[in-house]
Amino acid sequence: MAPPLAQWSNPLAMDSDLNDPHSMGTTIIGVTYEGGVVLGADSRTSTGMYVANRASDKITQLTDNVYVCRSGSAADSQIVSDYVRYFLHQHTIQLGQPATVKVAANLLRLFSYQNKNMLQTGLIVGGWDKYEGGQIYSIPLGGTILRQPFTIGGSGSSYLYGFFDQEWKEGMSKDEAEKLVVKAVSLAIARDGASGGVVRTVIINGDGVRRNFYSGDSLPLWHEELEPRNSLLDILSAGPANTPEPMSI
Amino acid sequence: MAKALADVPPKGGFSFDLCRRNDMLVKKGIQLPGFRKTGTTIVGLIFEDGVILGADTRATEGPIVADKNCEKIHYMAPNIYCCGAGTAADTEAVTDMVSSQLQLHRYATGRESRVVTTLTLLKSHLFSYQGYVSAALVLGGVDVTGPHLHTVYPHGSTDTLPFATMGSGSLAAMAVFESKYKEGLSREEGIQLVSEAICSGIFNDLGSGSNVDVCVITKGKTDYLRNHQLPNPRTYVSSRGYSFAKGHTEVLSTKIIPLKAKPEVAVVDAMEE
Repeated sequence: MAPPLAQWSNPLAMDSDLNDPHSMGTTIIGVTYEGGVVLGADSRTSTGMYVANRASDKITQLTDNVYVCRSGSAADSQIVSDYVRYFLHQHTIQLGQPATVKVAANLLRLFSYQNKNMLQTGLIVGGWDKYEGGQIYSIPLGGTILRQPFTIGGSGSSYLYGFFDQEWKEGMSKDEAEKLVVKAVSLAIARDGASGGVVRTVIINGDGVRRNFYSGDSLPLWHEELEPRNSLLDILSAGPANTPEPMSI
Repeated sequence: MAKALADVPPKGGFSFDLCRRNDMLVKKGIQLPGFRKTGTTIVGLIFEDGVILGADTRATEGPIVADKNCEKIHYMAPNIYCCGAGTAADTEAVTDMVSSQLQLHRYATGRESRVVTTLTLLKSHLFSYQGYVSAALVLGGVDVTGPHLHTVYPHGSTDTLPFATMGSGSLAAMAVFESKYKEGLSREEGIQLVSEAICSGIFNDLGSGSNVDVCVITKGKTDYLRNHQLPNPRTYVSSRGYSFAKGHTEVLSTKIIPLKAKPEVAVVDAMEE
């Protein structure tokens, strides 16, 4: 069938959504546990309907002991965290000791609040310091700041409120907390079209920082999801010996 | 409260007043003139010992092919190159500007430029223009810390990837990369895969076409392979050239219009006071 003429008259019309600003339709999570925090995020960055990056890292380092989960406009959240990293570096030198999580979160809040007309980004700050231990702060769109035992953010978070109300418990162990985060992100990936890819976690406590990576095919399968399997192309290109009849598959 | 903040006059920087006016005019149905956009396929990948960048060579103005063999791989530093998609003027201007800043930085420090420095300069410029400088870039290079590949979007966001595609042909090119890219490709395999991805854009995307440019950057050496492949040669030219005998075209009628006589200018004495 011939394509409609209108489509031909402007060859670049089909990619109009590729020119949309990059946004991270996201699932981000911060959870405190006995002795530290666990941050979690998916890895999808999209422009309109196109996945621009399927393995992005939305958990960004600010200082040795403070990380931030970014959501919303990719450009805005990158510029804010770049500035805050720069100021915290200077602050650490002048102070002669690591910046506290509170200072880092407050600096992010300051940027988000003062430029609220120009920014579209929601952030979750997590970290550990010797004064207050593990802390999670959420800094949503308007530039307010909330200290919480756990918080969720991004488009995928709407699927997780009930889950967290039921599953989060005071005084979890490190492994329990991380398991909860990975499970939550994989649940959100299953239901939220704007979240996807892999699950990344960052665990911060008094001993230091640990990054973990859970590839897409290692995540649990939820309701009606199918086992991963090789595509027909892989089977056919494996060789003539075990090539089945194309139509018999 | 939000309104009060919005009314505060800007402290400085670029004024977006006219951008807002133009948005309003477009909404009212006025057609703004278009810029020369490079409907483009640009790609890059990291291989065994460096980075390979690739680009097609078609520049378009709406549906018209404005240039059949333009250069889209721009020089940033001897060890860093950058492919540009979007408005041709913007990609050209922003890469030229940053490459000059890098040259000055090298004079001041006496050291090789780094890819992250280039990335930061590009993204902070693009962010401050809030997407109105429409340059989508694939930045690649090898510096003291190893090979690096980044994508930069018009709004100033950046990604770090082992393989990347941009422009209107990015979907066609990404399909090739997603099915065939693997870690530790050799130089020849890398050039082959980049050419294949660009050809996929050239043949399947209307905004891309003509030839394949490739740039191979390794530690201490850069090879710019201009027109590495020519998959669309002109088939309609005579190899001997064309010559037409005098009188080949018949004269149907002749009409001569005499020019108007020159009006005479009277010479008048200079005005006196």
